[in-house]
Amino acid sequence: MRNYVFKRLLQLIPILLGITFLSFAMMRLAGGDAISYLYESRGTAVAQEIIDAKKVELGLDKPFIIQYLTWLAGMLRGDMGISYVSNKDVFQTLTSKLPATLLLTGSAIVWTLVIALPLGIISAVRHNRIVDYLIRFFSFMGNSMPNFFAALLLMYVFSIRFKILPVITSGNTLVSLILPTATLVVSMAAKYTRQVRAVVLEELNKDYVIGARARGVKGSVIVFKSVLRVSMLTILTLLALSIGSLLGGTAIVENIFMWDGVGKLAVDAISMRDYPMIQAYVVWMAIIYVLVNLVTDILYHLLDPRVRLGGDRL
Amino acid sequence: MTDHVTQRRQKVVRSHTGARLIFFLILAGCLLLAALFAEHLCPYDPYAQDLSIAMQVPGPDHLLGTDRYGRDMLSRVLIGGRTSIFATLILVAVVTVTGTGIGVISAWKPGPVDTVLMRISDLFLAFPSLVFALAVAGVLGGGVQNAILALALVSWPKYARLARSQTLVQKSSTYIMAARLSGSSDLQLVIRHILPNIAGPVLVTAVLDIGTMMMELAALSFLGLGVKPPMAEWGSMMSDGRSLLQSVPWMILAPGAAIFMTVMIFNLLGDTIRDYLDPKERTKG
Repeated sequence: MRNYVFKRLLQLIPILLGITFLSFAMMRLAGGDAISYLYESRGTAVAQEIIDAKKVELGLDKPFIIQYLTWLAGMLRGDMGISYVSNKDVFQTLTSKLPATLLLTGSAIVWTLVIALPLGIISAVRHNRIVDYLIRFFSFMGNSMPNFFAALLLMYVFSIRFKILPVITSGNTLVSLILPTATLVVSMAAKYTRQVRAVVLEELNKDYVIGARARGVKGSVIVFKSVLRVSMLTILTLLALSIGSLLGGTAIVENIFMWDGVGKLAVDAISMRDYPMIQAYVVWMAIIYVLVNLVTDILYHLLDPRVRLGGDRL
Repeated sequence: MTDHVTQRRQKVVRSHTGARLIFFLILAGCLLLAALFAEHLCPYDPYAQDLSIAMQVPGPDHLLGTDRYGRDMLSRVLIGGRTSIFATLILVAVVTVTGTGIGVISAWKPGPVDTVLMRISDLFLAFPSLVFALAVAGVLGGGVQNAILALALVSWPKYARLARSQTLVQKSSTYIMAARLSGSSDLQLVIRHILPNIAGPVLVTAVLDIGTMMMELAALSFLGLGVKPPMAEWGSMMSDGRSLLQSVPWMILAPGAAIFMTVMIFNLLGDTIRDYLDPKERTKG
């Protein structure tokens, strides 16, 4: 087990180097005109000398690989440069907004589990009955709904039509968390219900379930004692994989509901061409994603005796 | 709880799937035709502004109302559909072709080529896809082509991996060995035997992805990183109506419902094609 964790941590190094390199290269490809854009957006015409001087100041005149290494060394110290727009420290700005996004993501995951787990299980147990068809119908609808449309619909119904929730709240309060969470949950729960259903259904078709039924074990006991215990690992893994689309989804949802997290920060940074900020956002989202997947993989190994003892993955 | 599907029942299910497949194919075909001939279907010029009839409630003259510049919403949804649907189809085609190409090459040439290609695809898979696409589209500066490029960049690894694993399976089968022994060249083997045999799963994945890609493309446009106004496109039309949600909700509802229904039709089509081609999935329900 310890060897496995160690091996996985070693494999992490090239991936992290790749992520940082790719993010850096991408921003540098467009880096030059960021400066002219910066001055243009202030509405002043500037001489080439000033642009060149700014380039030297930002280290944009050095060879590419040197720039990358300098940036990487800075990143390890928590220094990811200074925002082109606000002139504030990028890393600090990002970390100050991160808790809000994590809160939103966390509450979306919790509610997805609360909704999708029971629905998926019911749907599988009542396979091809009316309940199953109903649940499948709604999960299909949720799956085909773009999250910005869901967001605007929810906003229209709850804030404008029935005035239950405020359209825009000042700051991140619990009330303002409701609609963004609901938006993310619509598509996530829809997708996840389908996955839970498929996993449980597959498990229900295995021989040991037939055996247990033949011996007269009650259906509910089979589902909760055996089937769920076995399926739980796959179900959790699928949830971890969906973190990726969730992180992308927060960018849109935060933007619509003015939720003050990293997603909104990133979209604002993109429209202002604030490259260091975009860079920091991309790198950190990727790192979070990779780490979540790593932890899930390790947990998988830790919890599943088949994988743990067999040595190989399933 | 377990249903043992008998031969007879299987036939019945199959014929249902066939009928469903034809039904959804026709629906999708209608969508494509509507997109193709959008300008002939438009009751008004989708770009003609007339402030005297701005923000009109849906009614007999303007079935879906008018937007803030007095442009007919129905015409805009129709013409916007062309941009949305064709941009998505181009995106899916580009991703499928490049991804499959890379995957087949990777499986065909084990060793350094395979390793390098697969490590690159690992790298792209390490990013949350929409986050990366947002950044790429942002850096490239928006526009339809750039949005397509950004999404293509994050979506190809999935196809490369699928094509690679499928090719590896085919490659070791006896019929390939027989074809090789009877003198087929590598290129002939790939084009005549490998590609037709891996086409099924790749095609299913591609059709199932149309809906997702359409939503992602519209999301980029919604954030101002895809199609730029005044060009009509569903995502950018919704972004246009966002600030007027309170007074002119149909500016959101019309294009939103259009995306929703189109995505649903393509998702249903994808599911049906999968059921049709893969009986194992079908018995699972």
